[in-house]
Amino acid sequence: MDTFLQQLINGLVQGSIYALVALGYTMVYGIMGLINFAHGEVVMIGTMVAITVIGMLTNLGVPVGLAAVLALLAAMLVCMALGWSLERIAYRPLRHAPRLTPLITAIGMSIVLQNLAMIIWSRNYLIFPRIIEKTSHEIGGAYFSNVQVLIVLLAVASMAGLLLLIYRTRLGMAMRAASQNPQVARLMGVNVDRVIAAAFIIGSAMGALAGFMVGSYYEVAHYQMGFMLGLKAFTAAVLGGIGNLAGAMAGGLLLGIIEALGAGYIGDLTGGFLGSHYQDIFAFVVLIVVLMFRPSGLFGEQTGERA
Amino acid sequence: MKHPFLHALLRLPRHSGVLAVSGSLLLLALPIVAMWGGQAWVRILDFAILYVFLALGLNIVVGFAGLLDLGYIAFYAVGAYTYALLASPHLGLHLPFWVILPCGAMLACLFGVLLGAPTLRLRGDYLAIVTLGFGEIIRIFLNNLNAPLNITNGAQGINLIDPIAIGAFKLSGRTDIWVYSLNGPQKYYYLLLLLCTGVVVINFRLQHSRIGRAWQAIREDEIAARAVGINTRNMKLLAFAMGASFGGVAGGVYSAMQGFISPESFALNESIMVLAMVVLGGMGHIPGVILGAVLLAVLPEALRFGVVPVQQVLFGKVLVDPESLRMLIFGLALVLVMRFRPAGLWPSPERQRELAEAKS
Repeated sequence: MDTFLQQLINGLVQGSIYALVALGYTMVYGIMGLINFAHGEVVMIGTMVAITVIGMLTNLGVPVGLAAVLALLAAMLVCMALGWSLERIAYRPLRHAPRLTPLITAIGMSIVLQNLAMIIWSRNYLIFPRIIEKTSHEIGGAYFSNVQVLIVLLAVASMAGLLLLIYRTRLGMAMRAASQNPQVARLMGVNVDRVIAAAFIIGSAMGALAGFMVGSYYEVAHYQMGFMLGLKAFTAAVLGGIGNLAGAMAGGLLLGIIEALGAGYIGDLTGGFLGSHYQDIFAFVVLIVVLMFRPSGLFGEQTGERA
Repeated sequence: MKHPFLHALLRLPRHSGVLAVSGSLLLLALPIVAMWGGQAWVRILDFAILYVFLALGLNIVVGFAGLLDLGYIAFYAVGAYTYALLASPHLGLHLPFWVILPCGAMLACLFGVLLGAPTLRLRGDYLAIVTLGFGEIIRIFLNNLNAPLNITNGAQGINLIDPIAIGAFKLSGRTDIWVYSLNGPQKYYYLLLLLCTGVVVINFRLQHSRIGRAWQAIREDEIAARAVGINTRNMKLLAFAMGASFGGVAGGVYSAMQGFISPESFALNESIMVLAMVVLGGMGHIPGVILGAVLLAVLPEALRFGVVPVQQVLFGKVLVDPESLRMLIFGLALVLVMRFRPAGLWPSPERQRELAEAKS
């Protein structure tokens, strides 16, 4: 029983990080139909900027708590600027290009960002400084730390904030309109270019937050960390039904939990034939199975095929 | 028309005979010329052709049938591991290549159908992510199938793989022909060239066949294709299976040529690279795909030789790590080409026309 609870907790934490990253994919996809492959790299750069800023500020004698808050803000600002420029420079000129063109551009941008990060931050693993003293608590035979609690709380708060933004503000209404039908939204006076830019900026800010969380959770960062994270998050977005915000959140949590439980139990289930290093398989197996039975994701709308 | 057969075979325009003859002479002479620059250049040529082979295989799936496959390298891996397991000391088997290559192709084909069957209902981007996941699953298995039963030897990979050999004639090592001594990479070049010519012919023949037209119909509008009586399920499966078998053959040759393989060679980056070749060159247009593959295979290598001296001239020393700089330039090149030639460098005339119409 305690393996179950323990893996559930771990999965919840990992899942809320996936969910935050998945939101970035799903917002952009919902409006433009584009897989922004470079989003994982934006998350990675968020982590890297946070490490640099914390290091610089603590060297200047700023207390580590304040330094962490400022670093998070800095990471968010850098990532928002990055997300905006990605859209402006790389994707906007390709609005009417064939479908695969922006995908290749996104892959190209991902390569560029990864190598830029390697030039700036070296190819070594970087240590993410410890911000708060870690304390461990027990519940029903399973352990969780205050860092894990903070991660989940922050993730839930920011997702609630995003939902408020999408469902209660004019910008949110414009975004929903644009994702339903960009042409008609434009006729109704929605500035679709601005909406798309906003989707990139908000998604990148959430990505930066996720990057900060990943960094403080695992306490290391690497220039290639964004790739797998991005992949899993995109899987989560597809799992939930891409383009659907609540779906991305649920998909992220679900994926994290399935992965953790799978890794915890696979050894027992297969009699020791397959071990926990098969963890990464679960994300993809689950994805394939779900899409076989519900091709539009768990919470995706069942739209008829358009001729 | 001097070669009606050849023209009919490839459906080339007339008077292209001179061009074809001089082109093939050039291709035949290439590895001997490249040897002046060192064996490294011959190997780059080998890889360029191998990538042309792979890109044309993927072109069947992505370019002809319009199925976005991001896990193509998995089939390449299946072919490579089939060859490695059946012709290396690892399992103690040393079967000849004419047994293994068809085995690899068939196994890859089987995997292609296995992947294709459950994903038939999926639309573009969903299909992309599922194929990507499939590629990763294959790689993770290759990485971990060394315990409790050692099948793939895990992350260390398999080495001492037999070269392709016909009797006593091996494709590795040196062979003297008259006055010239051919080395291993040069001999593999000729083998790859032969195989690649075969794939090019098959691609050309497919494109204008009943099957090719069915694929094109599915690519443009699946519902309409079904309405005119095309069996879309079988046609899509056929595309997956054919693309996969080409990947399997390419993997086998790669295995034999390198003598060593490890799961690292079959990461997602490779799938993305092959897809980039297809799209960059001009999806569905065979000459374009060949151009894209050659460019993307040679460009990073050429940059490898270029970035260090250029930095020394500009800054007086090597300022930036050459490996990351060349990948940076490579990424930028992808972005820029897509920005200014959204349909690829050499798109088919029909595609260009469609794009022009869409703009106006």
